[in-house]
Amino acid sequence: MTAHLPPPRIAAAPHTRTVFTVPRTMLTVIAALTPATLLGLYQFGWPAIFLFAVTLAAAWLFEIACLWVAGKPLAMFARDGSALLSGWLVAMTLPPYAPWWVGVIGAGIAIVIGKHLFGGLGQNLFNPAMVARAMLVIALPVQMTTWVAPVGLLQGPDLWQGLAITFAGAIDYDVLASASTLSAVKSQLGAGAAMADIAPGLAGLQDRLLGHVAGSLGETGTVLLALGGLVLVALRIITLAIPLSLLGTLSALSALFWLIAPDRYPSPLLHLTSGSVMLCAFFIATDYVTSPVSAAGKMIYGAGIGALVFVIRSWGSFPEGVAFAVLLMNACTPLIETYVRPRVFGRTRSGKPLPLVSGTGPGGRR
Amino acid sequence: MTLRSLATLLRPSQVFTLRGGVHPETRKHLTCDAEVVDMPVPPLLRVPLQQHSGAVAEPLVARDDLVLKGQLIGRARGAMSANIHAPTSGRVIAVGHYTAPHPSGLPVPTITIRADGEDRWGEHLPRLRPEIADPDEIAAQIERAGIVGLGGAAFPAAVKLNQRKKYPLDTLLLNGAECEPYLTCDDRLMRENAEELVDGAGIMARALGVERIIIAIESNKPEAIAALRRHRMALGVALSVAVVPSQYPMGSAKHLVLAVTGKEAPARARTAELGVLVYNVGTAHAVHLAVRYGEPLISRIITVSGGAIARPANVRVRIGTPVSDVIAFCGGIEGSADRVLLGGPMMGLPIQNLRVPVVKGTCGILALSPAETRPRDSMPCIRCGSCVQACPCGLTPFDLNARIQSGDLEGAVKIGLMDCIACGSCAYACPSSIPLVQGFDFAKGKLAERQSRKHQAEEAKRLAAARLAREAAIAEAKRAMMARRKAEMAARKQAEASDGAGLAAPAAAPRSPAPGAELQP
Repeated sequence: MTAHLPPPRIAAAPHTRTVFTVPRTMLTVIAALTPATLLGLYQFGWPAIFLFAVTLAAAWLFEIACLWVAGKPLAMFARDGSALLSGWLVAMTLPPYAPWWVGVIGAGIAIVIGKHLFGGLGQNLFNPAMVARAMLVIALPVQMTTWVAPVGLLQGPDLWQGLAITFAGAIDYDVLASASTLSAVKSQLGAGAAMADIAPGLAGLQDRLLGHVAGSLGETGTVLLALGGLVLVALRIITLAIPLSLLGTLSALSALFWLIAPDRYPSPLLHLTSGSVMLCAFFIATDYVTSPVSAAGKMIYGAGIGALVFVIRSWGSFPEGVAFAVLLMNACTPLIETYVRPRVFGRTRSGKPLPLVSGTGPGGRR
Repeated sequence: MTLRSLATLLRPSQVFTLRGGVHPETRKHLTCDAEVVDMPVPPLLRVPLQQHSGAVAEPLVARDDLVLKGQLIGRARGAMSANIHAPTSGRVIAVGHYTAPHPSGLPVPTITIRADGEDRWGEHLPRLRPEIADPDEIAAQIERAGIVGLGGAAFPAAVKLNQRKKYPLDTLLLNGAECEPYLTCDDRLMRENAEELVDGAGIMARALGVERIIIAIESNKPEAIAALRRHRMALGVALSVAVVPSQYPMGSAKHLVLAVTGKEAPARARTAELGVLVYNVGTAHAVHLAVRYGEPLISRIITVSGGAIARPANVRVRIGTPVSDVIAFCGGIEGSADRVLLGGPMMGLPIQNLRVPVVKGTCGILALSPAETRPRDSMPCIRCGSCVQACPCGLTPFDLNARIQSGDLEGAVKIGLMDCIACGSCAYACPSSIPLVQGFDFAKGKLAERQSRKHQAEEAKRLAAARLAREAAIAEAKRAMMARRKAEMAARKQAEASDGAGLAAPAAAPRSPAPGAELQP
């Protein structure tokens, strides 16, 4: 009977584990991102598909190279799906007709600088995809702000034209050029126009919700992104704390200013349905590694991002501020983590044992 | 308070929810419908003299002695200990050491009995009429019967009962939560022996002088709930059943008290300080047997389960039965077992040697297949926060682990290492399979070792200082003695020299007591 027992080894309780693993979590997030990604790839056509493929492949190759240099076990880490997810998020924030090397540089920054220079999986202080996005926006302002209209896979450039656009930089921009909603608002407000005059020229609400607007590759499908995020909430991969506090703060601030000066500030609805707010709220700000762990900390962190997004969009020099907002709050995460801790069982918030009052419910102490 | 009362309106059962906790697959279906079967007495029983928290019992028999079933063979030593009785009749073939049913595999004093097959009762304990018995008599009976907490920690029941003298108690809470996966022994006991169990609860309540008994049962045991709901009173004490959510670790005493009464026990305090005493339901049954029938604790129900057990079952076994015999009784191990555990999968102890005996605190024997244990290599922490969400104590396990890994044990203590109850929820929930609880146990052990070493060093320093002082005093005394003697000699010489005036000589010797005698500690 004892013949079946394995040789003695150390085993510690618990002797069973959840079915959730790191690769499984990463792949679930990717699956939740897929509908919005497919919509983006369809809307922007072949060049977007090529750019997406190149960015993902580059991210994975950079990951393998970094693991090899660091001497980490390739078999375990190369399959954890984290590099794939980082590359995926980088690709989603790129302009769809950007040349292939923008994708490669973005993936390189995310994986090498954003992740592995800090020590690899779980060690990075900043969200790798946002590090890449921020560096690309500053270093390549032209390529990173060249938007095109979403003409659809069938009406847009064919396979060969797509190859030429992505890999040879050949593009007749005049045909397709379009401005993203936020950059249009920014430039026209800057020129002194009132919101009432700008609004008719912008994409309608339905287009903004369904992704029929110019923008980065994966940020336009607002509804699909929110649905994907809610799936993650339902699967308990993320909690609602960050998305709710982020979107809530952004809506509250923009509503306040919009009510005070409707001509100078866009409506909260426009803020929520343009740019990459939805992508950020559900998929970027909720990144495990770079966000606080406690529920209260998450609320503070999400509210901070929401407020910074509004501030940068309204008064900054960039039309979109998601990347900078996320990076700034990433830097605050250790601080939040230090001061916002859950209350320990049987202790007050300050760490002293609870007073012994029999017959008192815990109502006030929760 | 307002919020709380609104919340209780919505929850008619008045059960308070817990933070954290996990929901592992319970797999109780393997054994929950299997009636308890009596296992025949095995040919050889090994009864350890330490089956409880506290001091080792003192053996009362020697090799070749004949013992009868229920005979006292080990007497409790000191205040924190428990009596040990012979589980069957037979011959003592060894009083020595044997491997403990513990992962350490260390030897523990053990009495080995070869059963004679007759299973002949010796003298029973004197029976009591709990209706008229004095609380102290009941406590003494429980102590005589060697009853310990049957939930796993094996805390001597009588010692806990004596907390009645220290704290004003109002509630006896019987723990039938059985939140550990696989285990169904308490469930079966509640279903099959509800009446006896309620009687035992009543006896304990009378001994404690409490006004109410609450039996807390997780919602996944509807039959047990129904069986116990038939009883409203136990020996004149009001009894109620509280249905608590099926959530691990609901069976942790402090968390159960919070869930049932809404009172949160302060850190480092006992639940008795809140007026609530918590016992396992099995303990109440054992009390019933001891008080009504004078039977000491010599058997218990255990769940034998797991994917690698051929015929999972609930078995009533004698204390001291080798684990391998119990497994063989249940059809043996089928397929490959990843590990064999005593207790549940969340907090159970893996054992290497299957010849170790079942003891009073053993509630289950599990042989788990790799599909159930899911052994995996651990990956780096991705700060997903699963552990924080899972922790029922409000700790941040990933942070504790990081501090322990970097050797900062004081930092870990500062953020609550000592408030960890080692329930394993964090390690269960961790997607990176980081052995969190193992790390915490290591740190706790290390801190205890440091503490004892510090204590030793202080003690050594104190002794050394005392010794130096003593030696100095002795030297001083010697010197004083020498000086005095010298003076005496000189005086005598002088007296001899001055001849005729010999009267002065004795006066030179001082009459004061020797200084050395006084300074000797």
